[in-house]
Amino acid sequence: MLILMSWLREQVPGLPPAGAVADALIRAGFEVEGVEAVGQGLAGVVVGEVLAIEEVAAKKKSVRWCQVRVAGSAAADPDAGVRGIICGAFNFAVGDRVAVALPGAVLPGGFEITARKTYGHVSDGMICSASELGIGEDHAGIMVLPPDAPLGAHVAELLDLADDVLDIAITPDRGYALSIRGIAREAATAFGLSFADADGSVYSTGAVYSTGAGGVTDAGAGYPVTVEDTAACDRYVARVITGVDPAAATPLPWARRLSLSGMRPISAAVDVTNAIMLGLGQPLHAFDRAKLSGAIVVRRARAGERLLTLDGVDRVLDPEDLVIADDSGPIALAGVMGGASTEISPSTTDIVLEAAHFDPIVVARGARRHRLFSEASRRFERGVDPALPPAAAQAAIRLFTELAGGRAEPGVTDVDHRRAPSAIRFPLSEPTRLGGRLYSDESVRGRLTDVGCLLEEDGADEGVVLVTPPSWRPDLTRPADLVEEVMRLEGYDTIPVTLPRLPAGRGLTPSQRHVRAVARALAYEGLTEVMTLPFVGAGAADLLGLPGNDRRRAAVRIANPIAEDAAYLRTTLLPGLFDAVARNIGRGDPDIALFEIGQVFRELREPARPVPTPSVLTRPSDDEVAALNAALPEQPRRVAGVFAGLREPATVLPGHAVAGSAGGGALAKGRPADWADAVEAAHAAARAVGVELTATADEHAPWHPGRCAALWADGELVGHAGELHPRVIGAAGLPPRTVAFELGLDELLAAALRRGPVEAPVISPYPPADRDVALVVEAAIPVTEVTAALREGAGELLESLTLFDVFEGAQIGAGRRSLAFGLRLRATDRTLTAEEANGIRDAAVTEATRRTGAALRA
Amino acid sequence: MTETMTDPQPAAAGGPLDPASLEAAVAEALAALAAAADLTDLAAVRGAHVDGRSAALVLARQKLGSLPREDRADAGRRLNDALGAVRDAHTARLAELTAERDARVLVEERVDVTMPTRRRHAGARHPLAVLSERLVDTFVVMGYEVAEGPEVEHDWFNFEALNLDPDHPARSEHDTLYVEPEGSGRLLRTHTSPVQIRALLSRPLPVYVVAPGRTYRNDTVDATHSPVFGQLECLAVDEGITMADLRGTLEVFAAELFGTGLATRLRPSFFPFTEPSAELDVQCFNCRGESARQPCRVCSDEGWIEAGGCGMVDPNVLRAAGIDATRYSGFAFGMGLERAAMMRHGVREIRDFVDGDVRFSLPFGIEG
Repeated sequence: MLILMSWLREQVPGLPPAGAVADALIRAGFEVEGVEAVGQGLAGVVVGEVLAIEEVAAKKKSVRWCQVRVAGSAAADPDAGVRGIICGAFNFAVGDRVAVALPGAVLPGGFEITARKTYGHVSDGMICSASELGIGEDHAGIMVLPPDAPLGAHVAELLDLADDVLDIAITPDRGYALSIRGIAREAATAFGLSFADADGSVYSTGAVYSTGAGGVTDAGAGYPVTVEDTAACDRYVARVITGVDPAAATPLPWARRLSLSGMRPISAAVDVTNAIMLGLGQPLHAFDRAKLSGAIVVRRARAGERLLTLDGVDRVLDPEDLVIADDSGPIALAGVMGGASTEISPSTTDIVLEAAHFDPIVVARGARRHRLFSEASRRFERGVDPALPPAAAQAAIRLFTELAGGRAEPGVTDVDHRRAPSAIRFPLSEPTRLGGRLYSDESVRGRLTDVGCLLEEDGADEGVVLVTPPSWRPDLTRPADLVEEVMRLEGYDTIPVTLPRLPAGRGLTPSQRHVRAVARALAYEGLTEVMTLPFVGAGAADLLGLPGNDRRRAAVRIANPIAEDAAYLRTTLLPGLFDAVARNIGRGDPDIALFEIGQVFRELREPARPVPTPSVLTRPSDDEVAALNAALPEQPRRVAGVFAGLREPATVLPGHAVAGSAGGGALAKGRPADWADAVEAAHAAARAVGVELTATADEHAPWHPGRCAALWADGELVGHAGELHPRVIGAAGLPPRTVAFELGLDELLAAALRRGPVEAPVISPYPPADRDVALVVEAAIPVTEVTAALREGAGELLESLTLFDVFEGAQIGAGRRSLAFGLRLRATDRTLTAEEANGIRDAAVTEATRRTGAALRA
Repeated sequence: MTETMTDPQPAAAGGPLDPASLEAAVAEALAALAAAADLTDLAAVRGAHVDGRSAALVLARQKLGSLPREDRADAGRRLNDALGAVRDAHTARLAELTAERDARVLVEERVDVTMPTRRRHAGARHPLAVLSERLVDTFVVMGYEVAEGPEVEHDWFNFEALNLDPDHPARSEHDTLYVEPEGSGRLLRTHTSPVQIRALLSRPLPVYVVAPGRTYRNDTVDATHSPVFGQLECLAVDEGITMADLRGTLEVFAAELFGTGLATRLRPSFFPFTEPSAELDVQCFNCRGESARQPCRVCSDEGWIEAGGCGMVDPNVLRAAGIDATRYSGFAFGMGLERAAMMRHGVREIRDFVDGDVRFSLPFGIEG
């Protein structure tokens, strides 16, 4: 909302400068986003009189060479202050007084005026239009000033152009503040100034014709109006104005006021309705009376009805739409926009003026339904003062008369079905209870009165008042609303600073700590955390090569997506990571390791059905809450990572500190990431929360079928890791051999929670017995099977088992490999004898042989 | 000397055990030890002169038994003195040469310690995650607990229970992304406030929770917009909670986010789920409100930074959660993480948070 300070001052005399007003409004809850000084820098623009005009023919258009006197009196020296100026406009004549920008003047927009040669003359200044002076929209012609404007006078002073415009963001609860009237009340309160309200209470007339519920109007007095839906339209005032001069142009002061308030001056009739809306907050509509056929009816639209609105769109109406109709059908969408058929035109002389009050929800729905948001709908949605229509109509008539010579017919139609305002029982102690400081009864009463409330004593309860909010404050319905009014007008800065006394909290839950541990562990492993956008296109599952029945194909679709290639929510974290990896590589960093922790979304197995919405008037039942939750997609949390390029950068060679080396050029090449890095990162994430994962071979998209590990905890699948499938790598534009892991975070955290407290091992002081065995097994047998068998066979005296060599070769035989293990054996209560140690080793080998066919290597 | 050695004398006089011979042997040994250039030399000298089979003193000891009994004690004492002197000299020389050797080896082993040593790429947390955890911890130490909720949320939690009925004009400010099928009431949560409702429904009173999380708006990514952004919400519902408690809590929060000693102010505002409502402004940490005198990039010369919205929990919200608003009161506060991070760290483009460029995150490190 743009608020012109001069307009505001007209309502509240005595206001301080704009900056102070802005600060006071901010303190009262009106976010002043800007204070713009206008009409400044026009120091070099003066009143001049056109003495002579000579047409100059030019190539495409003709211009005029004008002699303009800009100073002094002609009597003393006929040539004094006369300048020659080239001008392209033709709307002025010899003798007219005009605004002349002298060389050196800087017009709005930084446009500096200089004397320059053009069309064969030196143009010694510029004759200005209103728009060039920043005070109007009218580019078409020169601004002709009143004949009594003194020559040489500064135009800015003469027209009172220096002004300030406050740009205020109005919160949706304060419809009344979308007007000079509303802001004026707040400004007056802030500075303790008086404010003469032009509201409905000022207006009194004997000619109010209310209709009963039947909706029959006494049409004898004013224009006939029938309101069928009195809930949606509880007040409809109509006035008839005749004899409007269709050619009347809005005079400069009003044109300036409108354009500085953000509205383009259009015609006198339109400008009047806009001026009243800006000033009082009452949207008005002017119908061309000559185009109306029969009585005005306020009703819901009928199926199949159409309306061509003023924006040129032919709209099919919905039976829920509230319309203004006449015998011809709908002529306006109530509270939103008028129709073309009854639009004011350049030939309109008689007008039916509508000043009505429509239900906020009806207007909001209508505007939303037609995606048609107007200045009127914006105000009705937020609440317009229902007491205002008669006064607003009267004010409009005054302005019509002033600007366009119209004359009001005496009859007034006022279909008034307003409900009596209801009072709020308000304990005067309520602001103190919620504010944390003392608000005296006196200040509470005073502040509520400032707002416009009527206070009555509640006979029964001491300290409780019955508060009737003013008609322009439909947002005040509960004690809490009144508390806010008291607090904000007293100033939030008067509220003290205290802290609540909290019961001891339990801190982060184990799972919350674990999520952080996982993230930190991966970062310390050298991965960088990203938070990618969770939107994917329809092809994401195909890109990953997912089988038809995979749950990761059950993507949730957005009804109004930002873009069609972002219409679904991710079911896995990998696509976002792939994009981020590709982006990093594209920006020149080929060695990349990223991870992400986040929710993924998987659609319900059964289509989501609408759930009855619980009431908000009581706590919903557990069943109702469960039903709401059951309608939501599955949203598990996952953790995933991707590596491309070098896992280990070029660095000093390991063990490079040997004697004799100069230490100069010994750099290792760096090591590319491989499948094991992905598996190990998954292990690192799991170990961070105390979970040891076991790997089995798996074939699982989007991984390479021969290089994919399924990772398990306590027999439950947690996730996968390994090298990506070459086809996926190609489709995703990733470098060859890119590797990745993805784990179910919820599964991992569950495994961590199952662990319980760690049981400390018994540390043996006795020496270990180390035994090595080399076993030859079929190459297809996974190492984990052999180690499991060895562990099982060795029993509990096996302290650790280490694979220290893997060998394949002719000596072993094709399709076989030799696995060399070190067994460290130790008892907690004695030193093992050689016989005991050998026996354990033999038992381990026997079990490995039994389970995997392993043979001791000869 | 050599002649003496090679010309054996009678045992009693002029033999290897007579004082002159021993003295000569000692002198020779000491000279050889002194001449040893390194530990290898020294090992050879030791064999030849200290305890090797052919060392003169070792040979002399073998002669001891052949001396007349009455001479043995004197000769033995002389021999032991001589041996002691040589051994001590050897020990000293050994220490000397060892030290020399060690020093030389350390010089030879010198490396260029300025060579690149990183054997693994550096990793980093996401700056928003770090900031979120830091702010969460601020509340947790005060006694708050962390509450969570789903990102695809039901309209009832996201709007209705928060006093935003379907026709509420504030809904249009949310630019909601809805989830199919239409009419299912499912949407991507537009704020973390639905977690308030979930917390109030699932926890016994009093409730003190902080809820960080991702939220969504129908916006395309550019320098200043993102369809996804982080929020942090705090909620306190208890008997006797006041706006003053809110102010105090916000001051703790603002100090953690922007530094201590900064003024805060509450501006009256509007949120459907709070009444009274306020915007929190924190004095600009960069110009400390001095922007009138010097241009400030951080606050665009406002002197204040908008840090979030807050207020007393609206009675309708309490009612929807079945809480008696005449007995209990509460406050709620919500803030945008990106905006706070942009202010705090001078981030220029909001898209940097979602692009995943490692160059952006690495400087933030792991622990923040």
